[in-house]
Amino acid sequence: MSNRVKTDRIVITAKINGDERTFLADERDSLLEALRERIGLTGAKEGCNNGNCGACAVLLNGVLVNSCCVMAAEIEGAELTTVEGLAGPEGLHPLQQAFLEEAALQCGICTPGFLMASKALLDENPHPTEHDARFWLAGNLCRCTGYDKIIRAVLKAADQMGSNGR
Amino acid sequence: MQPVKYKRATSVAEAVSLLQGGGEFARPLAGGTDVIVQARERRRDIDLFVDIKHIPELMAISHDANGVTIGAAVPLHLVYGDAKIVSQWPAVTEAAHVIGGTAIQGRATLGGNLCNSSPAADSIPAMMVLDAVAHIAGPNGKRDVSVREFCTAPGRNVLALGEFVVSISLPKPPAGSGGAWQRFIPRNEMDIAVVNAGVWVQLDGANVTDARFALGAVAPTPIMVPAAAEALIGKPLSDATIAAAGDAAKAAAKPIDDMRGSVKQRKHLAKVLTERTLRHAIERARGQA
Amino acid sequence: MVSTEKPRQYKVVGTRPIRPDGVDKVTGRAAYGADTKAEGMLFGAVLRSPHAHAIIKSIDTSKAEALPGVKAVVTARDFGAHAGGGVVDLGETRGQANYMQDNVLANHKVLYHGHAVAGVAATDQHIAEDALALIDVQYEVLPFVIDVREAMLDTAPILLDDLRTTVRAANSTLPTDKPTNIALHMSLEKGDLEKGMAEADVIVEREFETGMFHQGYIEPQNATAFWNRDGEITVWTSTQGAFSVRDAMAALCKVPVSKIKIVPMEIGGGFGGKLGVYLEPIAALLSRKTGHPVKLWMTREAVFQATGPTSATYMRVKMGAKRDGTFTGAYAYLAYEAGAFPGSPMGAGAQCAFAPYNIPNQTVEGFDVVINGPKTAAYRAPGAPASEFAVEAVVNELAEQLEIDPIELRLRNASKEGTPNTVGQPFPRIGAVEVMDAMKSHPHYASELTGEDVGRGVAVGFWFNGGMESSSSAAVNSDGTVSLILGSTDIGGSRASLAMQLAETLGLTMDDVKPQVVDTDSVGWTHVTGGSRTTFAGGWVAYELGMQIREQMRERAAQIWEVDADKVTYGDDGAIHGPDSKTMSFAELSGQLAATGGRIAVSASLTKNTQGPAYAGHIVDLKVDRDTGKVEILRYTAIQDVGTAIHPSYVEGQIQGGVAQGIGMALNEEYIYDDEGRLRNGSFLDYRMPVANDLPMIDTVLIEVPNPGHPYGVRGVGEVPIVPPMAAIQQAIYDAIGTRFYVTPISPRRILEETMPD
Ligand SMILES: Cc1cc2nc3c(=O)[nH]c(=O)nc-3n(C[C@H](O)[C@H](O)[C@H](O)COP(=O)(O)OP(=O)(O)OC[C@H]3O[C@@H](n4cnc5c(N)ncnc54)[C@H](O)[C@@H]3O)c2cc1C
Ligand code: FES
Ligand code: FES
Repeated sequence: MSNRVKTDRIVITAKINGDERTFLADERDSLLEALRERIGLTGAKEGCNNGNCGACAVLLNGVLVNSCCVMAAEIEGAELTTVEGLAGPEGLHPLQQAFLEEAALQCGICTPGFLMASKALLDENPHPTEHDARFWLAGNLCRCTGYDKIIRAVLKAADQMGSNGR
Repeated sequence: MQPVKYKRATSVAEAVSLLQGGGEFARPLAGGTDVIVQARERRRDIDLFVDIKHIPELMAISHDANGVTIGAAVPLHLVYGDAKIVSQWPAVTEAAHVIGGTAIQGRATLGGNLCNSSPAADSIPAMMVLDAVAHIAGPNGKRDVSVREFCTAPGRNVLALGEFVVSISLPKPPAGSGGAWQRFIPRNEMDIAVVNAGVWVQLDGANVTDARFALGAVAPTPIMVPAAAEALIGKPLSDATIAAAGDAAKAAAKPIDDMRGSVKQRKHLAKVLTERTLRHAIERARGQA
Repeated sequence: MVSTEKPRQYKVVGTRPIRPDGVDKVTGRAAYGADTKAEGMLFGAVLRSPHAHAIIKSIDTSKAEALPGVKAVVTARDFGAHAGGGVVDLGETRGQANYMQDNVLANHKVLYHGHAVAGVAATDQHIAEDALALIDVQYEVLPFVIDVREAMLDTAPILLDDLRTTVRAANSTLPTDKPTNIALHMSLEKGDLEKGMAEADVIVEREFETGMFHQGYIEPQNATAFWNRDGEITVWTSTQGAFSVRDAMAALCKVPVSKIKIVPMEIGGGFGGKLGVYLEPIAALLSRKTGHPVKLWMTREAVFQATGPTSATYMRVKMGAKRDGTFTGAYAYLAYEAGAFPGSPMGAGAQCAFAPYNIPNQTVEGFDVVINGPKTAAYRAPGAPASEFAVEAVVNELAEQLEIDPIELRLRNASKEGTPNTVGQPFPRIGAVEVMDAMKSHPHYASELTGEDVGRGVAVGFWFNGGMESSSSAAVNSDGTVSLILGSTDIGGSRASLAMQLAETLGLTMDDVKPQVVDTDSVGWTHVTGGSRTTFAGGWVAYELGMQIREQMRERAAQIWEVDADKVTYGDDGAIHGPDSKTMSFAELSGQLAATGGRIAVSASLTKNTQGPAYAGHIVDLKVDRDTGKVEILRYTAIQDVGTAIHPSYVEGQIQGGVAQGIGMALNEEYIYDDEGRLRNGSFLDYRMPVANDLPMIDTVLIEVPNPGHPYGVRGVGEVPIVPPMAAIQQAIYDAIGTRFYVTPISPRRILEETMPD
């Protein structure tokens, strides 16, 4: 296969978890690779590296994407939220709290992806039904929990956020 | 990932020149959900990604009296997030809503689904029965190609060197017509269609005045099934005529055995899905769904 | 829902505190294996075989080595001498060191598609991958065999020239001196099978096949190794067994264990698949060659091709019963493929097959067979889901023929305390009857099933649960908290469950105990986290530590109060009581330790070879779409004897996760090989594990029949829930559409092709 071209080191500037960051990446880095190996944000996980598991999910300009299916070069000028940016100075996000309380994680490798996907869900649909949540989260694989407690945690967080008017 | 360069185009002309300059190993980068994975797994020889998402025409949805024009790089979540598209072309949004999962739909596009030209691509049969047209730009200017004529073989299509799809138009469906789309997958999400089907019907009371049927994953490209339409057009709707359309679909299906399905299973599903989708389209034509 | 046989008051055990490692895992801070970063670290990649079976004629690495950025390439030759035939204990499985080495890097032959051939280290991940394409391997392709029955034929291609059949079966006719793919022929016999069958009024005999199923953990295997210039090796890896990795590394790299330190990182799922070594030795060899730390992680495709799966099987089961339902005799023939090297979990499958039932006359015959597929690894109740699927399906058919309710039939034959198991040993106190009773009286079982093509199925399952060796230490801090140092890696909440048991023993709260998993230099030898043993055996150790601390706290209080130690008691409230109503809280006394003779630190290593067997009973409702063959799970209830639920939420979670995996096995998961023996579906897209909207909520009922062999009555809970789903679903599909399937997965394609008119 082709080694006709040589990729360059490129400088990328993007707003990551609220802060403008400038970093060096390889032109052929995926966003996931750049986050993990160039920037040192290892919260997004690699489960499959081809879009099938959701462990690498982040919010790109507020939209849920799998960072393994985005080129790092594409995020020049964009805004990115990763799991590291979910908790604010005031404490854990209600989803994080609900995941803890409902025991929605076992090994926890899928958790960052589920949290980001769930955040995107509640941003779009603050009062999802169980069916809504299962459909929305179908791109996130969890092998440990059978999803039961994850779905309960998401619905619980939705309830709490609703009643807090957040 | 093989060594792939990245360039951003901000106008159609720039994209054409980058693609032309890049030659046969240059590829447009829309949502990247096919092409990034292909480059990573070295399944396709690619040198250059031309990012087309910063070209205004490619990111626009515009409605007018004739229908809608959807920029080829508009992500699917914005396609099914457009209430007008959902109400007038539900067959397309039904497909858009189940391609990959939510995170895939945040990036994947109709243009990418079309140009990747997989025989199992979900949106293509829906677009085919709705008379969709791809607007193409290239070194020799612009041309339009019906989505029905777009794919030529698995992973191949009519695009010539330097050409790419700018947008896709869906003509306004006439009153009394309805379209629908369905697929069969073993799971409930995150699966490639074993078979998918698009159907569009025009009714006059109980009579079918026009119909179009398309199937995916039963041939090297998504196919139209004119015989199913013939079985129906000019006839009153009944279980028998619906079954006849299904039988025609089964006969038209020329699938292969692969890890996702067998010949026998796919031919059978071609009938089942055609009939189910037809019933749904009929309900829509009658304004019942 | 929790139902307790004899309620015992605990303060911490049975509550649902937030786990100690929780916050790090929801904020992205928890460090898993692939998150490892070390100064000067290189990135690695592994070249894998494109063939199912081939001789490696030559490997030319020169072009790869010449690529700028590439620092080293290693092949099997870099191991130096070939590891001997010594056995490395992996907890749930064992491996012969030479085979293990050949699996890590193919020696003169590749034995399956995806078999590792060479490793590369480079300054950048992309360069390492580019280099793979520049390694020139010349193969001579050989005929291959993947199907277990074909591999047993005399005419089959032979994988391992030195393999001979070990016979542990009385009437075996297999030669023991000829090259073969059958590594083991064994049989377990009890009573007189012929007599048992002669007594039967009804006999059912059926053939079954189950596929290869992958554990499907979301985190791929990974390893970062640093082979220092002084010969000391450090490995950071996600493993279920830091000490078993150390032992395997020592055997393969021919280095004493004292020179190897394994740092267990957070682990993203294992289910038995992360007991062995895959990348660790390659990373170490690359590190030795380069002098840098080297990080490797697998692609998902490699995970499917080269790690994991459980054995595919071919089985025959025959059972006889009297009219009144009494089982009189049972026979099972179990052929399990082991992948490319011997060592399937057939033995455990054989011992579990009939374990739920008291059957006086039984024979289980088993074969361990090598094929051109990945070396199988333990997977949740290894060996049991297949053999018990076959037995449970036959039991359901017997129930139908005898016209006895299937749960009632099971109850009439249920194993109880004292019932001899398949190898003749009496069961300790077990909860089989309690589970079956609970199934029968569950509202789910009584509920009416409505709708077209809907069906209900039931099945039970058994698993031994492990004990074995565990070590921990604990230190009392001056603020009244206790640090707990654990040797068991935590794959799903064992830090919580072990800290809770120590807190309970000391009368403290969960917050007072700070558990931590440490490296192999920092704690005594501890067996793998697997076999559902960790909360059981580790709990024993935590209890022991607690008792030691109580004792020392008592002595210390006696000193301070200047009274005899036997006048001082340690209360269940966590306070220390002396004569004249003297009392000191744990925290008060902790604060005085330094000034009164020094702080308290204790350690314990225990080997517990007792078992706390677990039983599970499942009820499933489903609907079949006859036109497409698709099955929708409508309702699922899993009932299980859990001994004592230390943290009920995580017990429920284990059950729900096991059920989901079992549903995957029953319906959609499978390995698909092409005509050339290449795995076609090595991705999460095409290896179809259940996604969120494939499943309903999974109801659990925790029956607590405390294990008398444990201070808190713990039984392992993690494994048995994967056992019943296949049979329960098979039965429910039959109930729905009248067709019985004997081959799993019962995929839409299989259902359609079986039931469709031509
Ligand atoms: C996990 C996962 C699940 C998936 N599930 C489904 C599914 O259920 N159904 C389905 O149909 N597909 C599925 N896909 C495939 C893919 O998501 C779709 O085909 C998607 O629509 C592709 O769009 P894209 O914008 O991401 O394309 P890209 O990857 O950007 O492009 C695809 C191809 O088209 C070319 N291209 C893109 N835009 C243009 C253009 N405007 N003009 C010319 N050429 C262009 C690219 O160069 C490339 O060759 C899945 C993919 C993944 C990773
Ligand atoms: S790692 Fe990106 S989707 Fe799995
Ligand atoms: S908690 Fe382990 S994969 Fe979800």
